[in-house]
Amino acid sequence: MTAYRLTAGGLVDRSRSLSFSFDGRPLRGFAGDTLASALLANDQLLVGRSFKYHRPRGIVSASASEPNALVTIGSGARSDPNTKATVAELYAGLTARSQNRWPSLGFDIGAMSDLFSPFLGAGFYYKTFMWPAQFWEKLYEPLIRRAAGLGRAVLERDPEIYEKSWAHCDLLVVGGGPTGLMAALTAARAGLRVILADEDFRLGGSLLSETQAINGAPAYVFADRVVAELQALPNVTLLPRTTVFGWYDDNVFGAVERVQKHAAEPLAKLPAERVWRIVARRALLATGAEERPLVFGGNDRPGVMMAGALRTYANRYGVAAGRSVAIFTNGSAGYQAARDLHAKGIAIAAIVDSRAAAEDAAPEGTRVIRSASVVDTRGRRRVSGLVVERSGFEELVACDAVGMSGGWSPVIHLACQRGAKPVWSDQLSAFVAPDVGGGLRIAGSAGGIYTLAGCISDGAAKASAITSDLGFKPAQDVLPQTGEEADPSFTALWYVPGAKAKAFVDFQNDVHAKDLGLALREGFGHVEHAKRYTTSGMATDQGKLSNINAVGILAGMRGVSPADVGVTTFRPFYTPVSFGALAGTARDKHAQPVRKSPLHEWARKHGATFVEAGQWYRSAWFPRAGEKTWRESVDREVLNVRANVGICDVSTLGKIELFGPDAAEFLNRLYCNALLKLPVGKARYGLMLREDGFVYDDGTASRLAEEHFLVTTTTAMAGGVMSHMEYCSQVLWPELKVRFCSVSDQWAQIAIAGPKARGVLQQLVEDDISDAAFPFLAAGTVTLKGGLKARLFRISFSGELAFELAVPAGFGVAVADQLMDVGRAFDICAYGVEALNVLRLEKGLPTHAEFDGRVTPDDAGLGRMVSAHKTDFIGKHLSSRYGLTAADRMQLVGLKSVDREKDIRAGAHLLREGMKPSSLNDQGWVSSACFSPVLGHHIALAFLKSGRERYGERIVVWDKLRDQEVIAEVCDPVFVDPENARMKA
Amino acid sequence: MASLITCPHCGVRPKEEFTIRGDASLVRPAPTASDEAWHDYVYVRANPRGRTLEHWQHVAGCRRFLVVERDTFTHEVHSVTDGAAFATENGR
Repeated sequence: MTAYRLTAGGLVDRSRSLSFSFDGRPLRGFAGDTLASALLANDQLLVGRSFKYHRPRGIVSASASEPNALVTIGSGARSDPNTKATVAELYAGLTARSQNRWPSLGFDIGAMSDLFSPFLGAGFYYKTFMWPAQFWEKLYEPLIRRAAGLGRAVLERDPEIYEKSWAHCDLLVVGGGPTGLMAALTAARAGLRVILADEDFRLGGSLLSETQAINGAPAYVFADRVVAELQALPNVTLLPRTTVFGWYDDNVFGAVERVQKHAAEPLAKLPAERVWRIVARRALLATGAEERPLVFGGNDRPGVMMAGALRTYANRYGVAAGRSVAIFTNGSAGYQAARDLHAKGIAIAAIVDSRAAAEDAAPEGTRVIRSASVVDTRGRRRVSGLVVERSGFEELVACDAVGMSGGWSPVIHLACQRGAKPVWSDQLSAFVAPDVGGGLRIAGSAGGIYTLAGCISDGAAKASAITSDLGFKPAQDVLPQTGEEADPSFTALWYVPGAKAKAFVDFQNDVHAKDLGLALREGFGHVEHAKRYTTSGMATDQGKLSNINAVGILAGMRGVSPADVGVTTFRPFYTPVSFGALAGTARDKHAQPVRKSPLHEWARKHGATFVEAGQWYRSAWFPRAGEKTWRESVDREVLNVRANVGICDVSTLGKIELFGPDAAEFLNRLYCNALLKLPVGKARYGLMLREDGFVYDDGTASRLAEEHFLVTTTTAMAGGVMSHMEYCSQVLWPELKVRFCSVSDQWAQIAIAGPKARGVLQQLVEDDISDAAFPFLAAGTVTLKGGLKARLFRISFSGELAFELAVPAGFGVAVADQLMDVGRAFDICAYGVEALNVLRLEKGLPTHAEFDGRVTPDDAGLGRMVSAHKTDFIGKHLSSRYGLTAADRMQLVGLKSVDREKDIRAGAHLLREGMKPSSLNDQGWVSSACFSPVLGHHIALAFLKSGRERYGERIVVWDKLRDQEVIAEVCDPVFVDPENARMKA
Repeated sequence: MASLITCPHCGVRPKEEFTIRGDASLVRPAPTASDEAWHDYVYVRANPRGRTLEHWQHVAGCRRFLVVERDTFTHEVHSVTDGAAFATENGR
């Protein structure tokens, strides 16, 4: 038993004991603990195995920079892999599991890889697993992935809910330590809207680990008082448990709040996490500074920790990491840790100082070894001693924990996320934030000010400046008083020479100093190359502890300043953010909402099988009792429409209503065919091109009055066509007097098709709809029996006598019911989009299966529609260009399966008989296909080279996907009623 | 890219409410213009480092096409103008 809970002290609530488990072992901690402090209190120092070599690893830090103590918290679908134990708040019933070990943490077979480590240097898999090539995917990669890795994501559906929220403020303070609290207080007192965000569950930052008094009281008391005052102010929002992860354009910050990741019993009404987008007029970075590890031999032995972390565990959590602690330092911070631990009754084995002389005061009676280095450590799963080298002599210092302190690096990630590079400071031996303008200011330790008094005054001063800058009057407050402080300077030490064991730079990725040397020797000395080559600074911690040492080591090896090496690019996210939080509520049907036609309930009542078409649920067919396959239903529906009558829901078509004196001119320029002189009361088929000359969309245009039109679009392009029309009217021709809006959702539209369509419809319509009174392509308003005004269009998408009846959406179901009722005497049936598709295929009518963006009007057999007389329309110029008018273009044809047993499917390619399949021999492709119940065999629409000249030719339909070849006869695409006699009946 | 766009009709709105159509400096040629002019208009796009004019449609707002003048390098937005007003001012 070496690590233990101190008998008193710390900010944990010793009256609230919490039970939790680690790898199945039941343990206890206190409210206010992190998982890491509770594990330490239970002497559970070993928490994981390293990524590559499977070396035993212990807790290193007490912060979000933790590289080792990554655990999986929770179980089943609620498992969170790679959670940092050092920031995970302890709660009753928490279950944590270690990662990357098998069969157990104590005995891990993968640790054998450490024995082979000479062969596993940087870039080893690029070199080793080269041959044979096919082994990579099947053998090497799965093996490596199993052996090297972090936690595993679970495959179950995440039961948590997440949400996103916007927030606006005058000042966002990132970090709730001495600097951030003072800044927030100063700004809040002056009346600014302030948001203070901190990743910790308790605000106070370093004040919670501080032994200095402020205004005569313990530092944490000062923190609590400031927090209490801020909490009481209506213009302040405190966001603890919130990590500001990114800085984006226009001073928008991304932050993730762990709303109830710490709750033993999460409330169903609250999200697990919430992503904030914070629009801040000004922001202050008060993120503090990170203590650097020292790169010495055996520095990854469990028990070797950051000196500041030892302080935090002792002062804040009342936990000692060991009974006899050695300190290895290059500056005053190591001495501060020694003094604090000593004051808690923890023995200090020795202070090893890399410097020859220093003013720093060691605790009384402590041995200080100056000008000395640690070259190796002893112990297996925890450190038992340091091998200290001084002037060529080695000495073993027995200890059971080590605090290392290599100086300070300001935490400046956010300031560097928008392209500005950090600036090297010789004075601070650190990279500091660049000047990124007034929107984001840096304060306190994040700006290289390492004393408590300095942080407090800097936080207040920067906030005052922002306050004035925004036109508020700063309050003239007296700064809190602090005591004497030691000089916080240090002497940079990137690499401790003489290492007798691996000296790790990056614990998480198992990168040691020699790997960086190898990278340099092999030509990967650039900081970005070295990162990729060695993996230093990758993965979940992104080198928070390691990057600066890696830069220093590369600089040393290259004989340049760290300024010349520079750093790798900083990018969001500062710490990993869960996919759930980023998705927020936009998942499942919230990400892809369901659109239901106003006739959905009618279709459901008639037993429709629905098909998803984009967001729409469309009725696909209406099975009846005894029908075993969809084809039986569809064939029946088709035959019934051809013989009697059917109705189909076509409400999903886009509908756009236009008004204005220039509406006709506007449409005339939008469509390639002439619409200017479309008579009132008439509908016309319309074809829209893109400016490049290819077909964009088709539909109908109806003139309801001189200055009033209604156009329809295909279902799929409804949104696109609307936007296209808006572009044309606003940007291309703003002088045209036309206004329009989408009325797609306002109307339920029903197609009534079949030789008995008029008979059925006449039962419902007051007006005369005989062929004489309401001929083919008539369009207008009619009155239904009972007085409802409706719109009627005599248009056909089946080749039959057909109408489309539009009624206000709310009347849709009633009217459809009525049609079914009166239609019973006419043998009416409901038909779905599958039958609709067969009917249009039999009639040779193209849809977007044909208009795939590569098809000209002439390709589709619609060349005659393109007006030669209009001076301009979208696509006019380029539709006549070379290449789009060539004689050997693929042209729309029909195909009849010669072999009646075999079907044709869309996507198949066409070949001349006896020709091998190749792109050179390709003659075209099948765009749509179906079984025609009318003809009794399979038919298809296809694009075939010079197709219209080749009617009667036999062609091979080559379907590689199904490994099938079918012989088909090329024919006119209109299979049914080419004379249009039925349609015009 | 900007996080916020100040729509002249709707005020400051998040960029997610907009869709970008592309270069707003292009002028649609006359139908009788040369093939080259039409080819350039339809197919040729500059990829400038610096100031650029783009059409952004406020699809989740007023649905107007706006001309956003922004810097592709600094991401600064210099101006946002209604597309019709821009076209009229520029004599189209």
